[in-house]
Amino acid sequence: MCTVCGCGDAKVEGHPHSHDHGHGHTHDHGHDHDHGHSHDHIHYGHGIAGVHVPGLSQSRIVQIEQDILGHNNDFAGRNRAWLESHGVFALNLVSSPGSGKTTLLCRTAEALKSRFPLAVIEGDQQTSFDADRIRATGIPALQVNTGKGCHLDAHMVESAIARLDIAEDSVLFIENVGNLVCPAAFDLGEAYKVAILSVTEGEDKPLKYPDMFHAASMMILNKIDLLPHTDFDVERCIAYARRVNPEIVVIQLSARTGEGFDEWLAWITEGRRRMAAHRKGQAGS
Amino acid sequence: MHEMSLTEGVVRILEDQAAAHGFTRVKTVWLEIGELSTVVPESMEFCFGAVAAGNPLTADARLEIIRVPGAAWCMDCSENVPVTSRVDLCPKCGGAKLAVTSGEEMRIKELEVE
Repeated sequence: MCTVCGCGDAKVEGHPHSHDHGHGHTHDHGHDHDHGHSHDHIHYGHGIAGVHVPGLSQSRIVQIEQDILGHNNDFAGRNRAWLESHGVFALNLVSSPGSGKTTLLCRTAEALKSRFPLAVIEGDQQTSFDADRIRATGIPALQVNTGKGCHLDAHMVESAIARLDIAEDSVLFIENVGNLVCPAAFDLGEAYKVAILSVTEGEDKPLKYPDMFHAASMMILNKIDLLPHTDFDVERCIAYARRVNPEIVVIQLSARTGEGFDEWLAWITEGRRRMAAHRKGQAGS
Repeated sequence: MHEMSLTEGVVRILEDQAAAHGFTRVKTVWLEIGELSTVVPESMEFCFGAVAAGNPLTADARLEIIRVPGAAWCMDCSENVPVTSRVDLCPKCGGAKLAVTSGEEMRIKELEVE
Protein backbone atom coordinates (compact mmCIF):
# COMPACT_ATOMS: atom_id res chain seq x y z
CA MET A 1 0.00 0.00 0.00
CA CYS A 2 1.51 3.20 -1.13
CA THR A 3 -0.22 5.05 1.64
CA VAL A 4 2.47 3.95 4.00
CA CYS A 5 5.38 5.06 1.91
CA GLY A 6 4.67 8.60 2.88
CA CYS A 7 5.84 8.00 6.41
CA GLY A 8 9.39 7.43 5.34
CA ASP A 9 11.88 6.31 2.78
CA ALA A 10 11.03 2.66 2.62
CA LYS A 11 13.61 0.70 0.78
CA VAL A 12 13.72 -2.85 -0.43
CA GLU A 13 17.05 -4.33 -1.24
CA GLY A 14 17.83 -5.10 -4.82
CA HIS A 15 15.66 -2.48 -6.42
CA PRO A 16 17.68 0.63 -7.09
CA HIS A 17 15.18 2.97 -8.68
CA SER A 18 12.69 5.10 -6.87
CA HIS A 19 8.97 4.68 -6.90
CA ASP A 20 6.91 7.76 -6.88
CA HIS A 21 3.88 7.05 -4.78
CA GLY A 22 1.25 9.08 -3.16
CA HIS A 23 0.08 11.03 -6.15
CA GLY A 24 -3.15 11.11 -7.98
CA HIS A 25 -2.91 8.24 -10.36
CA THR A 26 -3.82 4.62 -10.36
CA HIS A 27 -1.01 2.29 -9.51
CA ASP A 28 -0.43 -0.74 -11.60
CA HIS A 29 0.63 -3.19 -8.98
CA GLY A 30 0.59 -6.92 -8.93
CA HIS A 31 2.53 -6.89 -12.14
CA ASP A 32 5.55 -8.95 -12.99
CA HIS A 33 8.54 -7.58 -11.22
CA ASP A 34 11.70 -7.93 -13.14
CA HIS A 35 14.22 -7.21 -10.50
CA GLY A 36 17.68 -8.44 -9.90
CA HIS A 37 19.03 -9.87 -6.75
CA SER A 38 21.72 -7.40 -5.97
CA HIS A 39 21.66 -6.23 -2.41
CA ASP A 40 21.49 -2.50 -2.66
CA HIS A 41 18.32 -0.78 -1.53
CA ILE A 42 15.35 0.69 -3.28
CA HIS A 43 13.68 3.77 -2.03
CA TYR A 44 9.99 4.10 -1.91
CA GLY A 45 9.01 7.56 -2.93
CA HIS A 46 6.81 9.55 -0.74
CA GLY A 47 4.87 12.73 -0.54
CA ILE A 48 1.53 13.78 -1.80
CA ALA A 49 1.58 15.68 -5.04
CA GLY A 50 -1.94 15.71 -6.35
CA VAL A 51 -2.37 17.32 -9.70
CA HIS A 52 -5.94 18.35 -10.23
CA VAL A 53 -7.32 21.05 -12.41
CA PRO A 54 -9.73 23.14 -10.40
CA GLY A 55 -13.14 23.33 -11.93
CA LEU A 56 -16.42 24.96 -11.11
CA SER A 57 -19.03 22.63 -9.77
CA GLN A 58 -21.59 22.49 -7.03
CA SER A 59 -20.98 20.97 -3.66
CA ARG A 60 -22.33 17.44 -3.32
CA ILE A 61 -22.10 14.43 -1.07
CA VAL A 62 -20.42 11.25 -2.25
CA GLN A 63 -20.97 8.13 -0.19
CA ILE A 64 -18.00 5.86 -0.58
CA GLU A 65 -17.88 3.54 2.46
CA GLN A 66 -14.28 2.61 1.86
CA ASP A 67 -12.03 0.88 4.32
CA ILE A 68 -8.98 3.02 5.00
CA LEU A 69 -6.84 -0.11 4.94
CA GLY A 70 -8.49 -1.29 1.72
CA HIS A 71 -5.41 -0.79 -0.43
CA ASN A 72 -3.21 -2.66 2.00
CA ASN A 73 -5.76 -5.44 2.25
CA ASP A 74 -5.90 -5.76 -1.55
CA PHE A 75 -2.16 -6.29 -1.66
CA ALA A 76 -2.33 -8.66 1.30
CA GLY A 77 -5.00 -10.69 -0.48
CA ARG A 78 -2.83 -10.97 -3.55
CA ASN A 79 0.19 -11.94 -1.48
CA ARG A 80 -1.86 -14.60 0.28
CA ALA A 81 -3.12 -16.02 -3.00
CA TRP A 82 0.40 -16.14 -4.42
CA LEU A 83 1.79 -17.79 -1.29
CA GLU A 84 -0.99 -20.38 -1.22
CA SER A 85 -0.65 -21.21 -4.89
CA HIS A 86 3.06 -21.83 -4.32
CA GLY A 87 2.57 -23.78 -1.11
CA VAL A 88 4.52 -21.21 0.88
CA PHE A 89 3.79 -21.13 4.62
CA ALA A 90 4.37 -17.50 5.65
CA LEU A 91 4.71 -16.24 9.21
CA ASN A 92 4.69 -12.57 10.23
CA LEU A 93 6.89 -12.22 13.31
CA VAL A 94 6.03 -9.24 15.47
CA SER A 95 7.45 -8.03 18.76
CA SER A 96 9.03 -5.10 20.50
CA PRO A 97 12.67 -4.40 19.66
CA GLY A 98 15.09 -6.69 21.46
CA SER A 99 12.79 -9.67 22.06
CA GLY A 100 15.16 -11.93 20.13
CA LYS A 101 13.36 -12.28 16.80
CA THR A 102 16.50 -12.45 14.70
CA THR A 103 18.25 -14.86 17.05
CA LEU A 104 15.11 -17.00 16.98
CA LEU A 105 15.14 -16.92 13.19
CA CYS A 106 18.84 -17.77 12.91
CA ARG A 107 18.44 -20.81 15.14
CA THR A 108 15.26 -21.84 13.33
CA ALA A 109 17.02 -21.50 9.97
CA GLU A 110 19.94 -23.64 11.15
CA ALA A 111 17.56 -26.31 12.42
CA LEU A 112 15.29 -26.47 9.37
CA LYS A 113 17.40 -25.55 6.36
CA SER A 114 18.36 -29.13 5.55
CA ARG A 115 14.70 -30.25 5.71
CA PHE A 116 12.92 -27.81 3.41
CA PRO A 117 13.55 -24.47 1.69
CA LEU A 118 13.30 -21.28 3.75
CA ALA A 119 13.36 -17.56 3.00
CA VAL A 120 13.32 -14.46 5.16
CA ILE A 121 12.11 -10.89 4.68
CA GLU A 122 13.65 -8.58 7.27
CA GLY A 123 11.95 -5.33 8.18
CA ASP A 124 13.84 -2.58 10.00
CA GLN A 125 13.91 1.18 9.82
CA GLN A 126 17.56 1.19 8.80
CA THR A 127 20.54 -1.09 8.14
CA SER A 128 20.78 -4.56 6.67
CA PHE A 129 22.32 -6.05 9.82
CA ASP A 130 19.50 -8.53 10.33
CA ALA A 131 19.40 -9.76 6.73
CA ASP A 132 23.18 -10.15 6.91
CA ARG A 133 22.82 -12.32 10.01
CA ILE A 134 20.21 -14.50 8.29
CA ARG A 135 22.25 -14.82 5.09
CA ALA A 136 25.18 -16.02 7.18
CA THR A 137 23.10 -19.14 7.90
CA GLY A 138 22.83 -19.80 4.16
CA ILE A 139 19.17 -18.79 3.84
CA PRO A 140 18.04 -16.25 1.21
CA ALA A 141 17.07 -13.04 2.99
CA LEU A 142 15.99 -9.62 1.81
CA GLN A 143 16.13 -6.48 3.90
CA VAL A 144 13.31 -3.96 3.67
CA ASN A 145 14.14 -0.63 5.25
CA THR A 146 11.04 1.32 6.12
CA GLY A 147 12.88 4.59 6.72
CA LYS A 148 10.69 6.51 9.13
CA GLY A 149 7.94 3.92 8.77
CA CYS A 150 6.92 1.98 11.83
CA HIS A 151 5.70 -1.24 10.17
CA LEU A 152 5.86 -3.35 7.04
CA ASP A 153 2.87 -3.12 4.73
CA ALA A 154 1.57 -5.58 2.18
CA HIS A 155 2.91 -3.63 -0.78
CA MET A 156 6.47 -3.74 0.59
CA VAL A 157 6.07 -7.47 1.11
CA GLU A 158 4.78 -7.96 -2.42
CA SER A 159 7.88 -6.21 -3.75
CA ALA A 160 10.12 -8.30 -1.53
CA ILE A 161 8.43 -11.56 -2.57
CA ALA A 162 8.97 -10.64 -6.21
CA ARG A 163 12.68 -10.21 -5.57
CA LEU A 164 13.37 -13.22 -3.38
CA ASP A 165 13.71 -16.63 -4.92
CA ILE A 166 11.01 -18.32 -2.89
CA ALA A 167 10.81 -22.04 -3.56
CA GLU A 168 7.56 -23.96 -3.75
CA ASP A 169 6.47 -25.62 -0.50
CA SER A 170 8.86 -23.50 1.53
CA VAL A 171 8.53 -21.46 4.71
CA LEU A 172 8.74 -17.67 4.52
CA PHE A 173 9.48 -15.73 7.68
CA ILE A 174 8.64 -12.05 7.62
CA GLU A 175 10.36 -10.29 10.51
CA ASN A 176 8.38 -7.12 11.06
CA VAL A 177 9.74 -3.85 12.41
CA GLY A 178 10.21 -4.12 16.17
CA ASN A 179 7.02 -2.42 17.34
CA LEU A 180 4.11 -3.82 19.30
CA VAL A 181 1.62 -1.26 18.02
CA CYS A 182 1.45 -0.45 14.33
CA PRO A 183 2.17 -3.84 12.68
CA ALA A 184 -1.01 -5.18 14.28
CA ALA A 185 -3.15 -3.25 11.81
CA PHE A 186 -1.40 -4.30 8.62
CA ASP A 187 -2.17 -7.67 7.10
CA LEU A 188 0.77 -8.77 4.94
CA GLY A 189 -0.83 -11.90 3.50
CA GLU A 190 0.78 -14.22 6.04
CA ALA A 191 -0.77 -17.45 7.28
CA TYR A 192 -0.25 -16.38 10.91
CA LYS A 193 1.11 -13.56 12.99
CA VAL A 194 3.45 -14.76 15.70
CA ALA A 195 4.07 -12.38 18.61
CA ILE A 196 7.34 -12.82 20.44
CA LEU A 197 7.66 -11.66 24.00
CA SER A 198 10.83 -12.16 26.00
CA VAL A 199 10.78 -12.80 29.72
CA THR A 200 13.02 -9.79 30.30
CA GLU A 201 10.02 -7.64 29.35
CA GLY A 202 6.94 -7.15 31.49
CA GLU A 203 4.42 -9.98 31.73
CA ASP A 204 1.69 -7.38 31.37
CA LYS A 205 2.54 -6.56 27.76
CA PRO A 206 -0.44 -8.49 26.37
CA LEU A 207 -2.71 -6.09 28.28
CA LYS A 208 -0.64 -3.02 27.45
CA TYR A 209 -0.58 -3.82 23.73
CA PRO A 210 -3.78 -5.80 23.30
CA ASP A 211 -4.19 -5.16 19.57
CA MET A 212 -1.06 -7.09 18.78
CA PHE A 213 -1.81 -10.06 20.99
CA HIS A 214 -5.35 -10.07 19.65
CA ALA A 215 -4.09 -10.15 16.05
CA ALA A 216 -1.48 -12.87 16.69
CA SER A 217 -2.27 -16.57 16.52
CA MET A 218 0.73 -17.54 18.58
CA MET A 219 2.73 -16.03 21.41
CA ILE A 220 6.31 -17.18 21.84
CA LEU A 221 7.78 -16.57 25.26
CA ASN A 222 11.48 -16.25 24.48
CA LYS A 223 14.60 -16.20 26.67
CA ILE A 224 13.15 -18.66 29.19
CA ASP A 225 16.72 -19.59 30.13
CA LEU A 226 16.73 -16.23 31.94
CA LEU A 227 13.60 -16.93 34.00
CA PRO A 228 15.54 -17.70 37.21
CA HIS A 229 16.97 -14.17 37.04
CA THR A 230 13.71 -12.31 36.50
CA ASP A 231 10.40 -11.75 38.29
CA PHE A 232 8.49 -12.63 35.13
CA ASP A 233 5.31 -14.55 35.99
CA VAL A 234 4.73 -16.96 33.09
CA GLU A 235 1.27 -18.09 34.16
CA ARG A 236 0.06 -14.54 34.63
CA CYS A 237 1.45 -13.52 31.24
CA ILE A 238 -0.36 -16.40 29.53
CA ALA A 239 -3.58 -15.53 31.36
CA TYR A 240 -3.28 -11.92 30.16
CA ALA A 241 -2.69 -13.04 26.59
CA ARG A 242 -5.73 -15.36 26.71
CA ARG A 243 -7.80 -12.48 28.03
CA VAL A 244 -7.26 -10.51 24.82
CA ASN A 245 -7.17 -13.63 22.64
CA PRO A 246 -8.68 -16.82 24.08
CA GLU A 247 -7.43 -18.85 21.09
CA ILE A 248 -3.76 -17.84 21.25
CA VAL A 249 -1.25 -20.70 21.17
CA VAL A 250 1.70 -20.27 23.53
CA ILE A 251 5.17 -21.77 23.14
CA GLN A 252 7.94 -21.20 25.68
CA LEU A 253 11.48 -21.43 24.40
CA SER A 254 14.99 -20.06 24.47
CA ALA A 255 16.47 -19.09 21.13
CA ARG A 256 19.86 -19.04 22.81
CA THR A 257 19.91 -22.51 24.38
CA GLY A 258 17.36 -24.23 22.15
CA GLU A 259 15.15 -25.25 25.06
CA GLY A 260 11.55 -25.64 23.89
CA PHE A 261 12.57 -25.49 20.26
CA ASP A 262 11.19 -28.90 19.29
CA GLU A 263 7.62 -27.71 19.74
CA TRP A 264 8.21 -24.57 17.65
CA LEU A 265 9.91 -26.52 14.86
CA ALA A 266 7.14 -29.13 14.89
CA TRP A 267 4.52 -26.40 14.58
CA ILE A 268 6.27 -24.84 11.59
CA THR A 269 6.78 -28.24 9.97
CA GLU A 270 3.11 -29.09 10.34
CA GLY A 271 2.03 -25.68 8.97
CA ARG A 272 4.25 -26.14 5.96
CA ARG A 273 3.02 -29.68 5.39
CA ARG A 274 -0.59 -28.48 5.35
CA MET A 275 0.16 -25.59 3.02
CA ALA A 276 2.03 -27.86 0.61
CA ALA A 277 -0.81 -30.41 0.72
CA HIS A 278 -3.27 -27.60 0.00
CA ARG A 279 -1.24 -26.55 -3.04
CA LYS A 280 -1.10 -30.09 -4.36
CA GLY A 281 -4.84 -30.43 -3.76
CA GLN A 282 -5.48 -27.25 -5.72
CA ALA A 283 -3.14 -28.29 -8.50
CA GLY A 284 -4.86 -31.66 -8.75
CA SER A 285 -8.39 -30.27 -8.82
CA MET B 1 2.71 6.72 14.43
CA HIS B 2 0.78 4.80 11.80
CA GLU B 3 -1.95 7.43 11.84
CA MET B 4 0.26 9.31 9.41
CA SER B 5 0.28 6.45 6.93
CA LEU B 6 -3.42 5.84 7.45
CA THR B 7 -4.11 9.51 6.79
CA GLU B 8 -2.12 9.32 3.61
CA GLY B 9 -4.23 6.30 2.73
CA VAL B 10 -7.32 8.45 3.20
CA VAL B 11 -5.96 11.13 0.89
CA ARG B 12 -5.08 8.50 -1.68
CA ILE B 13 -8.59 7.14 -1.62
CA LEU B 14 -9.85 10.71 -2.06
CA GLU B 15 -7.64 11.10 -5.10
CA ASP B 16 -8.95 7.87 -6.60
CA GLN B 17 -12.49 8.99 -5.87
CA ALA B 18 -11.84 12.41 -7.39
CA ALA B 19 -10.75 10.73 -10.60
CA ALA B 20 -13.73 8.36 -10.55
CA HIS B 21 -16.41 10.90 -9.64
CA GLY B 22 -14.98 13.98 -11.30
CA PHE B 23 -14.63 16.34 -8.36
CA THR B 24 -11.72 18.66 -7.74
CA ARG B 25 -12.13 19.78 -4.16
CA VAL B 26 -13.02 17.94 -0.99
CA LYS B 27 -14.84 20.07 1.58
CA THR B 28 -15.60 17.50 4.27
CA VAL B 29 -14.53 13.95 4.96
CA TRP B 30 -16.52 11.79 7.36
CA LEU B 31 -14.50 8.98 8.87
CA GLU B 32 -15.92 6.17 10.94
CA ILE B 33 -13.37 5.19 13.56
CA GLY B 34 -14.27 2.38 15.91
CA GLU B 35 -13.51 2.63 19.58
CA LEU B 36 -11.52 -0.63 19.38
CA SER B 37 -9.62 0.22 16.20
CA THR B 38 -5.91 0.95 16.35
CA VAL B 39 -6.48 4.62 15.58
CA VAL B 40 -6.32 7.58 17.93
CA PRO B 41 -8.79 10.13 16.50
CA GLU B 42 -6.89 13.16 17.79
CA SER B 43 -3.74 11.89 16.14
CA MET B 44 -5.65 11.28 12.90
CA GLU B 45 -6.93 14.86 12.98
CA PHE B 46 -3.44 16.19 13.56
CA CYS B 47 -2.00 14.13 10.70
CA PHE B 48 -4.86 15.02 8.38
CA GLY B 49 -4.14 18.70 8.92
CA ALA B 50 -0.54 18.16 7.91
CA VAL B 51 -1.18 15.87 4.95
CA ALA B 52 -4.25 17.58 3.51
CA ALA B 53 -2.66 21.04 3.44
CA GLY B 54 -0.13 19.97 0.85
CA ASN B 55 -2.67 18.77 -1.68
CA PRO B 56 -4.91 21.04 -3.78
CA LEU B 57 -7.67 18.45 -3.58
CA THR B 58 -7.80 18.47 0.20
CA ALA B 59 -6.22 21.79 1.20
CA ASP B 60 -9.53 23.15 2.54
CA ALA B 61 -10.99 19.86 3.67
CA ARG B 62 -12.48 19.42 7.11
CA LEU B 63 -12.23 16.08 8.88
CA GLU B 64 -15.24 14.80 10.82
CA ILE B 65 -14.70 11.68 12.88
CA ILE B 66 -17.66 9.53 13.81
CA ARG B 67 -16.82 7.30 16.76
CA VAL B 68 -18.34 3.84 16.60
CA PRO B 69 -18.78 2.32 20.07
CA GLY B 70 -17.30 -1.08 20.78
CA ALA B 71 -19.51 -4.12 21.25
CA ALA B 72 -18.81 -7.80 21.70
CA TRP B 73 -20.71 -11.06 21.82
CA CYS B 74 -20.36 -12.74 25.19
CA MET B 75 -20.27 -16.49 24.64
CA ASP B 76 -21.37 -17.20 28.19
CA CYS B 77 -24.25 -14.69 28.32
CA SER B 78 -25.17 -15.29 24.65
CA GLU B 79 -25.75 -11.63 24.07
CA ASN B 80 -24.13 -8.51 22.71
CA VAL B 81 -22.51 -6.35 25.39
CA PRO B 82 -20.77 -2.95 25.27
CA VAL B 83 -16.97 -2.90 25.57
CA THR B 84 -14.54 -0.01 25.45
CA SER B 85 -11.27 -1.89 24.94
CA ARG B 86 -9.92 -5.29 24.00
CA VAL B 87 -9.11 -6.10 27.59
CA ASP B 88 -12.60 -5.43 28.90
CA LEU B 89 -14.41 -8.25 30.58
CA CYS B 90 -18.12 -8.85 30.05
CA PRO B 91 -19.97 -6.17 32.05
CA LYS B 92 -22.67 -8.74 32.92
CA CYS B 93 -20.82 -11.90 33.90
CA GLY B 94 -17.23 -10.71 34.21
CA GLY B 95 -16.08 -13.36 31.72
CA ALA B 96 -13.42 -12.94 29.05
CA LYS B 97 -15.02 -15.05 26.31
CA LEU B 98 -15.87 -12.09 24.14
CA ALA B 99 -15.86 -11.81 20.35
CA VAL B 100 -15.84 -8.23 19.10
CA THR B 101 -18.83 -7.46 16.89
CA SER B 102 -18.36 -3.75 16.32
CA GLY B 103 -15.92 -0.96 17.05
CA GLU B 104 -13.11 -2.07 14.74
CA GLU B 105 -14.19 0.22 11.87
CA MET B 106 -11.70 2.42 10.04
CA ARG B 107 -13.71 3.65 7.09
CA ILE B 108 -14.30 6.70 4.98
CA LYS B 109 -18.06 6.97 5.09
CA GLU B 110 -18.85 9.91 2.85
CA LEU B 111 -17.48 13.08 1.34
CA GLU B 112 -18.74 16.53 0.63
CA VAL B 113 -17.11 17.58 -2.61
CA GLU B 114 -17.30 20.09 -5.38
